[in-house]
Amino acid sequence: MSITLKINGETREVSADADTPLLWVIRDELNLTGTKFGCGVASCGACTVHINGQPQRSCVTPVSAVGEQEVTTIDVIDTPQARAVQTAWQELDVVQCGYCQSGQIMSAAGLLSSNAKPSDEDIDSYMAGNACRCATYHRIRAAIHRASDILEG
Amino acid sequence: MDATKNTSMNRRTFLKSAAALSGSMVVGFNATGVLAASMDSTAANPVGFNPFVKISPNGTVTAVIKHFEMGQGTTTGLTTLIAEELDVPWDQVEVEFAPSHDNYKNLAFGGQGTGGSTAMANSFLQYRQAGAAARDMLIRAAADKWGVAASDVTLTDGILKSGESESAPISEFVIQAAKLAAPEKPVLKDPGSFRLIGNNKLPRKDSVAKTTGKATFAMDVTVPDMLYVTILRSPLFGGTLTSFSIENAAQVNGFVDARALPDQSGVAIYAKSTWASIKARRAVTAVWDNSAAETRGSAEMLSDYTAKLNAEPTYDATGKADLADTEATAKAAARSVSADFHFPLLAHAPMEPLNCVIEPTEDGGIRLHDGCQFPMITHPTLAAIAQVPPEKVEIITYYAGGSFGRRANGNSDYHVQAVLAFVALGGKQAVKLVWTREDDLAGGYYRPMFAQRAHIGIGDDGKISAWGHRSVAQSIFKGGPMESIAVHNGIDHFSVEGIVDTPYQIPMSLGLTDYESSMPVLWWRSVGHSQSGYTMEVLMDMAAEAADKDPVEFRLAHLDESDENQARFAGVLKLAAEKAGWDGKSVEGKGRGIAVHKSFDTYVAQVTDVSTDASGAISIDKVTCAVDCGIAVNPDVIRAQMEGSIGYGLGAVMRNEITMNKGVVEQGNFPQYEPLRITDMPDIEVHIVESDKAPTGVGEPGLPPAGPALANAIYAATGKRVTRLPMTSSGITFA
Repeated sequence: MSITLKINGETREVSADADTPLLWVIRDELNLTGTKFGCGVASCGACTVHINGQPQRSCVTPVSAVGEQEVTTIDVIDTPQARAVQTAWQELDVVQCGYCQSGQIMSAAGLLSSNAKPSDEDIDSYMAGNACRCATYHRIRAAIHRASDILEG
Repeated sequence: MDATKNTSMNRRTFLKSAAALSGSMVVGFNATGVLAASMDSTAANPVGFNPFVKISPNGTVTAVIKHFEMGQGTTTGLTTLIAEELDVPWDQVEVEFAPSHDNYKNLAFGGQGTGGSTAMANSFLQYRQAGAAARDMLIRAAADKWGVAASDVTLTDGILKSGESESAPISEFVIQAAKLAAPEKPVLKDPGSFRLIGNNKLPRKDSVAKTTGKATFAMDVTVPDMLYVTILRSPLFGGTLTSFSIENAAQVNGFVDARALPDQSGVAIYAKSTWASIKARRAVTAVWDNSAAETRGSAEMLSDYTAKLNAEPTYDATGKADLADTEATAKAAARSVSADFHFPLLAHAPMEPLNCVIEPTEDGGIRLHDGCQFPMITHPTLAAIAQVPPEKVEIITYYAGGSFGRRANGNSDYHVQAVLAFVALGGKQAVKLVWTREDDLAGGYYRPMFAQRAHIGIGDDGKISAWGHRSVAQSIFKGGPMESIAVHNGIDHFSVEGIVDTPYQIPMSLGLTDYESSMPVLWWRSVGHSQSGYTMEVLMDMAAEAADKDPVEFRLAHLDESDENQARFAGVLKLAAEKAGWDGKSVEGKGRGIAVHKSFDTYVAQVTDVSTDASGAISIDKVTCAVDCGIAVNPDVIRAQMEGSIGYGLGAVMRNEITMNKGVVEQGNFPQYEPLRITDMPDIEVHIVESDKAPTGVGEPGLPPAGPALANAIYAATGKRVTRLPMTSSGITFA
């Protein structure tokens, strides 16, 4: 079926079954490859995108459920929170293999949008669904605090 | 590394940079390891060498990286060596991955590949020489133009200078320098003048791409007319395909075709998208011949391991034919320790599920797009299966989303699947093989199970007087392409490493028995050390307690620090203890454990602090780590690798195991193989020993001490000795 998606500030027509996970439409149909496939069951967070500004797992979101909502991916995200998170990630050299980091950054930007000054516990609780097999968590925690400081100015 | 943006971009960028190279200087090595240089590297290596450093006429330097990047930092590390010796600004150097070619061999392996924590160790002189040769040529070109002696010209931070009057960026001399011959033995910098090697503030080369979604992994590659492929495999290891039906799959939108893989190992499901292939696969039914398959369950395997521990060992790994005597002496000692250890199967579970793209090339060959860890094996394997000459196989390497050993496979398992799927469809259409997480966890090539048994006697002097040890392991190397390197007198060194070669001075006898199964096993981050470190360091703690000695003092009493190896081992032990404020005191509700291990020529010690809550659940509060890896080329990468290895090791010992029921793997996806989460991650402090020794690896050695330091801390806090992993299967709960 033909589905209209509002994604990254554009309106795109895609052809997909209603049950197709948004992830695969983003990656295979729209060729936006910053969003990653890690588990397919919303257990690792590598596929995290923003839907109306909220982090969501695109691997379990049927494309038909998106409707009029605005989808934003790592490829273009440009909110103050995302920019601060990316800057902090680069300052602290958080990444190792990097495959989960799109999802980590999308989640971290979501956290700072709802909680500008998170504690370690706030960070752990919010980020617990984003797995990193390289275990860069120690730096993720530090980088979220740093991003919070950057936003504070 | 924008050159890896995507496939079509990759080709375009390649051609563009090739054009820009005319007039560039390239410096590299030929097949016999001799430095060579040329103006033009694009015309099929006219002088028979491959570039390691390229400098374009605008002064941009490109480091050609022969190792793949799985997160361990090699793109930063090897680039540091070039930039250091060439002496150019860090941001003036770009990075690209080398193609598959023997001149890019790992000097520790003799073929192109990444593993065994060898990337920096084998490249340290080679990449410095390439950078120093380019520097020498630029200096000679400038000296010639300025009419001065080469010894009067300096090159610092990308600027050539002579006296007060002459000064120019390297870009002005690239074309002249490219016409000069490479020096046979370029003079390397004195370590005292390093400004990048050892620099704490050098940003990773892959940081920006990996924080903006722009880093390209093989999973992100598309090529024209490509079909997406998933494979339906037998649920049992060793099962082969009898027949299959696509009746229901044919209804799935985007489904194209299904074919038996030519080796009957599975059914390839071809579709127009990843999702369509995944969905169609669920609708394919197959009948399997499981007559040669592994049908045991984990409980049976465990009892088989125990039976082998009880039997006379097959091999005498210490070569003194004294196991029975040593065990008897140990058991008869006034103070003694006996323990059995059991280690489960472990999956690597890299974040990027295995995948690769194979496409036909215009010259009748094939091109592989992959986060390729072992080109030396994958390249000839693909050539043989696709029946094309090796020179018509091209490998384009991308960032790999983790590996932990999984992508380095003696059978090139997932590449073989992809090329079989390519061949099965006629060999004319590109295919992208994609594994799901379920394929990954059930896909075999696990860290093998291990069983260990030790009897340790303590002498009147409070030191170990006898250590009788038995190991049972499924050999990783037997039957594989590197068997001759690893297996001697029947003993796979990787089954006994970390025990037979311990730096401790202890009278040990070690017997080994192999375990046989058709279930494939593989090296998993730190290989044998992933469990021998645990075994040795928990046993040393038990022995220290039996001897009524402090664990640090007891360990030091078994080390002779006049020997360099033992001194470095003792050095990290003392440093970790000092930095953690080790005082041997116990605090209610807290526990502290220590462990030290040498692997891949690197020494690591860790002190782990835990606390318990009212229910007895454990929180891992902090790990204080000391590492001696020789010269610290990139201190921040070393810290990152210690942090990551500790986390990877802790997650595994806490709760990870692959189990089987009648041969069928029971872990479907992450919820059943729960990865370490941020909520589990302790604070970590890393201290690096200052050293002028040659650099050694850091990708794996941080892992072996992580488990036993935790186990010893848990014992200190709770009195529970965990000798069967994962810890959750021994009744330990975590907060």
